[in-house]
Parts: sequence; structure tokens; C-alpha cells
Amino acid sequence: MEQFAALLDALVYTSSRNAKLALIADYLHQTPDPDRGWALAALTDGLDFKAVKASTIRNLMKERVDPVLWSLSRDFVGDTAETASLLWPNPIGETLPPPSVSETVDMLQAMNRTSVITELPRLLDRLDVSGRYALIKLATGAMRIGISARLGKVAFAQGFGVSVDDVEEYWHGIAPPYTELFDWAAHGKAPPDTENMPLFRPFMLAHPLEDGTVDLADYVAEWKWDGIRVQLVHAGGETRLYSRSGDDITATFPEMAEALTIPAVLDGELLVQGQHQGGETGGAASFNALQQRLGRKTVSKKMLSEFPAFVRLYDALGLEGEDLRKLPWEQRRQRLEAFLPRLPATRFDLSQIVEARDFAHLAQIREGTRADAIEGLMLKRRDSPYVAGRKTGLWYKWKRDPLLIDCVLMYAQRGSGKRSSFYSDYTFGCWDGDPDKGAELLPVGKAYSGFTDTELKWLDKYVRQHTINRFGPVRETDKSLTFEVAFDSVHLSKRHKSGLAMRFPRIHRIRKDKPVHEADRIDTLRAMVRD
Amino acid sequence: MSAPFSWIRPEPHGIHVVPADCWIDPSRAVDRALVTHGHADHARGGHGATIATPETLAIMKLRYNTDEGTQAVHYGETITLLGNVSATYIPAGHVLGSAQILLEHAGERVVVTGDYKRRTDPTCPPFEVTPCDIFITEATFGLPLFTHPPIEEEMAKLLARLAAHPDSCVLVGAYALGKAQRVIAELRRAGHHEPIYLHGAMEKMCRLYEEFGVDLGPLRLVSDHTKDDMRGHIVICPPSALNDRWSRRLPDPITAMASGWMRVRQRARQRNVELPLIISDHADWNELTRTIEEVNPAESWITHGREEALLRWCQLHQRRARALALVGYEDEDD
Repeated sequence: MEQFAALLDALVYTSSRNAKLALIADYLHQTPDPDRGWALAALTDGLDFKAVKASTIRNLMKERVDPVLWSLSRDFVGDTAETASLLWPNPIGETLPPPSVSETVDMLQAMNRTSVITELPRLLDRLDVSGRYALIKLATGAMRIGISARLGKVAFAQGFGVSVDDVEEYWHGIAPPYTELFDWAAHGKAPPDTENMPLFRPFMLAHPLEDGTVDLADYVAEWKWDGIRVQLVHAGGETRLYSRSGDDITATFPEMAEALTIPAVLDGELLVQGQHQGGETGGAASFNALQQRLGRKTVSKKMLSEFPAFVRLYDALGLEGEDLRKLPWEQRRQRLEAFLPRLPATRFDLSQIVEARDFAHLAQIREGTRADAIEGLMLKRRDSPYVAGRKTGLWYKWKRDPLLIDCVLMYAQRGSGKRSSFYSDYTFGCWDGDPDKGAELLPVGKAYSGFTDTELKWLDKYVRQHTINRFGPVRETDKSLTFEVAFDSVHLSKRHKSGLAMRFPRIHRIRKDKPVHEADRIDTLRAMVRD
Repeated sequence: MSAPFSWIRPEPHGIHVVPADCWIDPSRAVDRALVTHGHADHARGGHGATIATPETLAIMKLRYNTDEGTQAVHYGETITLLGNVSATYIPAGHVLGSAQILLEHAGERVVVTGDYKRRTDPTCPPFEVTPCDIFITEATFGLPLFTHPPIEEEMAKLLARLAAHPDSCVLVGAYALGKAQRVIAELRRAGHHEPIYLHGAMEKMCRLYEEFGVDLGPLRLVSDHTKDDMRGHIVICPPSALNDRWSRRLPDPITAMASGWMRVRQRARQRNVELPLIISDHADWNELTRTIEEVNPAESWITHGREEALLRWCQLHQRRARALALVGYEDEDD
């Protein structure tokens, strides 16, 4: 565990990607099986211990530290694992030596909701501050130390001199501690057998188009639908639905798993049926409807009938055992179109091609997409193979321009991770009437992004200097600063006092020049609703 | 006879000693200022009269060009102010010249700590516990997560990293007044006698420390040397220069920072620090609480930093306390 803890610390204090890759690769080389496999799983968020949750850690701490001192500390640090590692009282008397990673994993796996209360403290007592940090990070399953799953895989590939595409391919069929993967990469054995398994394939992603143009002779345009991107895989008699990050969300959308019974790997947008988006046959409801279905582990009959899901297909990575990924997009599209009639029409349709005379005409069409609550356009090279990740020049996303509104900063809260200790989460509001006639500000949204590091420092200072009230971790400001907020769309919502919820709001500009009484009113925002 | 302690008033811009018509560490110019130490959040120019230790006055002359109207008070010395108030300057152990100020009036005793620490520091005399009725304490590291490790451990970390990278230099960001000189003196104590290279902004303060008898060993200026001269050596700069273009003249620097904030990983990350050194000139949580117990005042007034947690600790330990809201105290570089 000491080496793993040292690795985590080194990764935290290293900013260069190459240096991080080298650190992970070194660790993987020097550490025996199965420790290195467990460590790799921890780094790539592949571990989940049922008995240990963030709340477990908080509860353990509250038995040992005054709750007020705990929450003040947690608020300052911005990370529960780190706060707990620092505040854990040093044990009195002799303790056992630090456990190895696999010993730790075995013990964590054996814990249940009751035994964790006595067993986890015993493990924590055997470690120093760094070790405790590593243990809690590993046990609660969310590292949040700036290492993506992808980086872990690239480090593995570089460390053992194998192709990262192969690693991605085999990865999802194998469970931690990935013994077969190490046998293959480090010891030259045969690669893991992934035939007939409903595995996740890494998504092909798009770069933003920014200000460029493309020639429509080479590129085809499709709508970019406002749902969630999914991959639906049927193999070996089993169907799985994966989210963009590769999370298995089959249980959340059981109707989709039932709908695919032919071996295939399909890429599409998961939507809820309705009349909203685009108005084609089998039109979709707004993202708000889909949100009712997201994140649920079990789904009621009522949910299934009120918010029925379907997938609007973009692409086929494989059909009936044949890998199509190397084929050009045009050929994959033909195969997909030919395949579609074999799928139930209530659960699948095809993402339409947007026909345009030329790029200027396409730009006009894109302008008109606002009312249709479509995110924008996708531009795909007609000859592009299906490759993992973002490859320059193949696919572009061309989102419609955001909506803008002027709001007033009302509350701020500290961020976490890289923004720990900075006031970086802002709640902003609009006027509920004429501010010169006694109108008040009502919160309309929260934003955490859109500003530069320099602006963040400035905002943090601004918040500290303009605080008029504190509610636990939240600071109320004197409402003296105007933000121009950009957002993708706005919907009616019962959850907020203003009755409105914005989608993906971010700080577009800090309007130091604009007096707060000139900020927008709720009515202006309400007029932008297209539900 | 007025109400107890009505003669001392915490105001947003400093602590006002009413009958003496003077202020302690005022953040704006006043007629008469008692200054605990030379850091910019406590000392400033422009006062009519400035009363401080000779070391602090020398520092203020260097930094703020404070020359006229100064009155030097040595450690242990008591001076009489207007309105039957007396002031005694007592070592605070924070930086060269730093003092606590004991104020006495009408049989009542108030100690203002300024900034302080309880660890030994080769560059200044140690903090002295002084009994009083009201103890006005700093709380920069007033959260239980702040426990500074022994400085020997941090020096060992620094020297080990240096030894492992003989072709690089280790660039240590350290506050130019106090921290830099303490790090140098501690390196010497740890047996490191190689030349240490300084950012230009450090030079004068180091010379001033030497004039007051603090031995810093061989010091060189970065600007006088080539990259190759500095390989395998320690370079010290102000924290603001760590990620500055200035550091491009250094040979593959490993970025370190000496600060109590380095206890928190993300604080180090935010400054792109590769080697965090937890070294502070402020009391850590255990020292803050131990000091309140040892001084055992009737009441503690808490300022400079994370007042809420220390206030909570006082409540939990049945000690009277209140938080002061002074303007302009945010010691982010320590």
C-alpha cells in the first residue's frame, strides 16, 4: 500500500502527461500481480466496494472528530478522502504493518455495512496520512486525481509496449485485477478471448468545428440530438447498454435491452419518445423527460409507460459478428439502413441526414435549429472509419450558438478537486420584476465553468470581499456583480423557485461594467422556454 | 471607571488602544502605530509614529522606506504610552524582530500575538508564554487538519530530492521575509553547506538578517550565474516567481514550495508544486490550542484566518472566545 500511496502522491504533484504515464508504467513494472492489477483498477475507477461509501467515511469521522470541526475542515480541503486522512487520529500503541494492495482489496470486499464500522478503522490505523488517503480513495472508488481511465490504459500500453487500441478492446471483457491482461502484455501469452461477449467499444468522438468550414462533398451532416449517447451491444445471447464513459446502464433502460436480439454493436442517441425534437416519426421528448429516467437502478412500470425510451441510430460498429469499424462511414451507413427494418420500430429509428446545397445553406439550416431543441449538427467525413476517441479531421460537432442572459451573482461555494478552496460554484439570479420598483432577485441557475484561471482568482477574491452572510459552506454576496451566462436551453421546472431550469449554464463573460439593475428579468428567461 | 477592557477596541482596520490614541498593526495610515512584525499585512508605511523592535524597524525601512518617527523597543522592554497605557514587546517566534505586544491599563492585561509559532527557529528568539486577561491570537492555520511535521523531515525530503537529481536544481518558493532565511538556516543546520542561489528579490532581506547576526552561509545571486553553475543546487525565490518566466534561466528546476498550506494536496497542485514542503512560520492547530491552554486567558479574541474552528474549539473546552473581523489579513503565501 505504501508504494501505491507514493504513486498517488507523485501523480497528484505531477502535471505533465508524459511524466504521469511514466510514473504509472514504472509502478506497473515494479509491482507484482495481483497488486498492480488492483491498483490499475483503482486508477481507472474500476473498483466498487458495496460496503464503503463516502457517507461511511463521514460517519466514521464524526465519531472521532467534532462535527463542526469536521465540516469546516472538509469545506476547506474540498475532498472527503483527504480531509479524513489528515484528521484521522493516530492510533495508540502497537499496530500491524501496512497491508498490501491485494490484502486491502480482499478485506474491503469482505466487509458489509455493519462490519465496515469496525474493520475499516483497523485498516486506517495501519497507515500514515498518505496511506490513509490512498486507502479511502481506493475504497470509495472515486479517485478524482486527474487521472482518466484512458490515461491508465495508455500507461499500461506504453509500459508494456502493446497497442492501446488492443488494450481498450480487451479491457472491458476482463475484471480486475486483469490477470489475463498482464499475462498477455507483460508475459507474452495469448490475448484474452473477447468473442461472444457484449463488450463496450470506445466511442468515436468529434472535435468542435470552431470557426472552420468543411466541403459537403467530403462531409455529411446529421443532427446532433439532445439525449445521451449510447452504445447498444448484443453478443453471446446478452444485450448491454453503455453510456459514453463505458458505464453499463442496461438496468436503467430494460426496454432497450429487450429490443435488440440480433448480434450487433450500435451507436446512437438515447431519447424519450415524444413530439418534441424535430417532429419526425417517433419524435423525441425534451431532455427534461429523459432526465426522469437517468440514474435509476430500477424502473417502475409507470416510468416505462410514461417516459418510453428509444435509440436514434447514428452508426453500426458491428453487425452479426462482422466488425465494420474499418469500413468508410458511407458503407457503414448503408449497412445500418439495410439492418434497420429488422429492429422493432418502436425502439429504434435512424438519425436523419441533413441535406444542404452547400456549407452556407447548412449554416442557415443550423440557425433554424433553435426551435427544435436540437444541440446542433454533426459533420462526418464520408470516408471516415470508426476509430476510438477524437481524430482530427474526421468528425466535427457544430453546436448552435448558446443562449445568453445577464444574471446577478447571489451565492458562491467552494469547488473541489483542482478548485478546492476557491469560490468557484456560483448561483446567479434574475429580477422578478422591475428592480427600480422593489423587485427581488430569484436564483435561476448555478455555473461552475466558463472562466479562466485568472478570472477564477479574481472571482474568488470578489466573493470574499463581498460576502454579507454565510450559511455553512455557502457565502451570500452583496449582489453587486453581473454575469453574462451562456446556456443551451431552458425548461420549466418544479424543482426551482423561479420555475425554470437552464441546461449547461456557464459564465460567458464577467460584466464588471454592467450595473446589476440592468441584469435581465425572469420573464426574459421564461420567454426562451421551448418545452 | 469605565467598563472592563473598553479601552481596547477591535476595529476593521486594526486594534485601537483608545486612551493611548494608537493602533496595533493598522492596515491604514494612523498617527501612532505599534507594529508586531514586518510582513505587509501587519506593517505599512505612512504612519506618524511607528513603534516596533529594532529588527522590525530595519525591515520596515528596507521594505516600506519607514524612516522618520520611529521608536525602537527591545524585547522585554516596557514603554509608557498616553493615557496610562504601557506596552511590552515579547518575542513571538514568527520572523526576525517579531513581537507579541503586552498592553496594560488599569490593572488589565491584553496580549496581541501578531503572528507566532512555537517551533524553534534559528533566525529569531522563541515565543514566550505571557499570562494575560485577554489573548488576541492569530488563527492562520486554525483548522485541525493543519499539523506541521518536524522541519527536519521536510529538509530531509528536500535534500533527498536534490541528491536524486544532480543535473537539475530544486527551486524553493519561500516568502521573502522570514521563510526564505529560515529555510536557508535550517539547510545549514542539516549539514548542507553548498552555495544557495537567490532570486534578486531575496538578496537585501538576507543581507539584513546577516547584519542582525543570522548566519546564512554562502549565498549567490541567480543573475550572476549560468545554468550549469546551478545544477545540483538549491535556488530560492518568492512564491510569485515559481511559475514565472524568470525560472526559465534555471537548469530543469524541480518546483518546491515551503508553506503550511502545502499540507493540502490541492493547494500544492494549484501552484504546480512538485515537491511540497510543509514549513510554516505560524502556529499549527495543536500549537494554537496548546498556547491558549498555557496562556489561560479569561477570554481569547481570534483573528487572522480560520477563526470559526478555533472559536468552536474554545466553546468545546469551555473557554470564552470571540472572533474579530479585521480587514486585509489573508496570509496566502505562508
